[in-house]
Amino acid sequence: MQSKRTRMKLGREKLQRIIKTCESVEERSIDPFLMDVEEVISVIKEYFPEWKLPEDLCLDAETIHHLASVIKLQSEWVKHRSTSLYTDPFLLEEKLTRINKEDIINIFLKTWHPTVELEQISIHSLAEAIKYWKSLLPLDERWKEFSPEEIERGFVTREELIKEKIVQDKVFSEELDEFWRKLKIKAEKCEDGKIRYWDFIGAENYGETVRKAFMTSFLVTYGYATLEIYPLEEEIFVKPYQNPSTKIREKQLVSIPIAITVEDWMKWKRGELK
Amino acid sequence: MSRRKAYYTNKIKRAVHLLFYRRHKKSGVKGWELRKALGSDYPKVLKILDKHLKALDLQVKTVFEGEKPVGKPTLDQLNKARFCITLRGELTPKEAKMIGWRIDDLAGLATTIAYIISRRGKAERKKIEELLRSKLPEWKAGINVDRYIRYGYLTQDENEQIYLDWRTYTEVDQKALIDLVLSTET
Repeated sequence: MQSKRTRMKLGREKLQRIIKTCESVEERSIDPFLMDVEEVISVIKEYFPEWKLPEDLCLDAETIHHLASVIKLQSEWVKHRSTSLYTDPFLLEEKLTRINKEDIINIFLKTWHPTVELEQISIHSLAEAIKYWKSLLPLDERWKEFSPEEIERGFVTREELIKEKIVQDKVFSEELDEFWRKLKIKAEKCEDGKIRYWDFIGAENYGETVRKAFMTSFLVTYGYATLEIYPLEEEIFVKPYQNPSTKIREKQLVSIPIAITVEDWMKWKRGELK
Repeated sequence: MSRRKAYYTNKIKRAVHLLFYRRHKKSGVKGWELRKALGSDYPKVLKILDKHLKALDLQVKTVFEGEKPVGKPTLDQLNKARFCITLRGELTPKEAKMIGWRIDDLAGLATTIAYIISRRGKAERKKIEELLRSKLPEWKAGINVDRYIRYGYLTQDENEQIYLDWRTYTEVDQKALIDLVLSTET
């Protein structure tokens, strides 16, 4: 004999199966008469006395709700079949695929009575337009002559431009050369003369990390260094050239996007990122 | 002119203004709107207007909410119904082209409507496009379905199920369409 627990488990499974079947009837528009409603009701009745927990009672209610939807579909099905519009869908589909274009046009024109109507501006849109027109300023008010304030010309010093971050205190090429030199020093200390990408760009703060990643991208683009990517190991290395590579490459140049996110930077700081 | 005749002439003019000029997104006017504008005897006004329109091959079409009532409709059913002016007779293929329909698109519409009717008023968009692709260029199938939806012949739910919409109910004699398709020899 089944224990009470096993019986309840079996009951829950049965109700869940019923719900799934009902859902597939509702969603896939399959014949709702494929479901034996009487049998389903007997299952629900059989297990109802067992349910004590709110979850089980909810499951029972949900089953009844879905069953009601299927019964509704059955009623609609019967209603449709009894109307003059009912026809075997497969027969009609077959006809529709075989009928030629001229015939379907002639049939449709016999049964189509298009609406006769005139489109015009509505009272509402007229009212809106008048409201807008009233609030619209005259052109001479809207297009008043704009006389910019005169500013006296003067001179700025290089230091002031650096302060305003309009120019940097070093020429970019100089900065790039220095960055390349640092890369070469660091890479020399590593195996095979290459350094892990994150070990090179990683800095104490995120802003500096982004700046170093930015500079590295110029090193690679201008032929001062190359990237070695190992997708399976998910490793990227930066390898400096001893002299800038100026020869025209035979291979198609590719862009390699590398995301420098705060999360990645933090992972690198914690030593979790290679 | 008798007072009674003048009364109805005036009402008919107002009914024409309401019915011919589009007022809402959907064509036509609701019964309760006509009652408000023309008075409670608006069904009689529409009946007289319909007689006048017959000579012009037009008609006042009543589209009931839900199914068409059996027998004489009640005042409540009429108030909830939508009224519009449609063609009474038939268009020739040449005329259909003149009102802006390509013959291919019209054939697609007819096929789609007939298919949806056979599927109890609901069909998967994917299946409709498959059916259209057998007659129309592949790229046109989806575009046409969107167009029929935009015109109000069809509507679509979030599960990509397609249903007939208000314009089909207004303009297409569904029963005649199915009967004619089935009786055509292929």
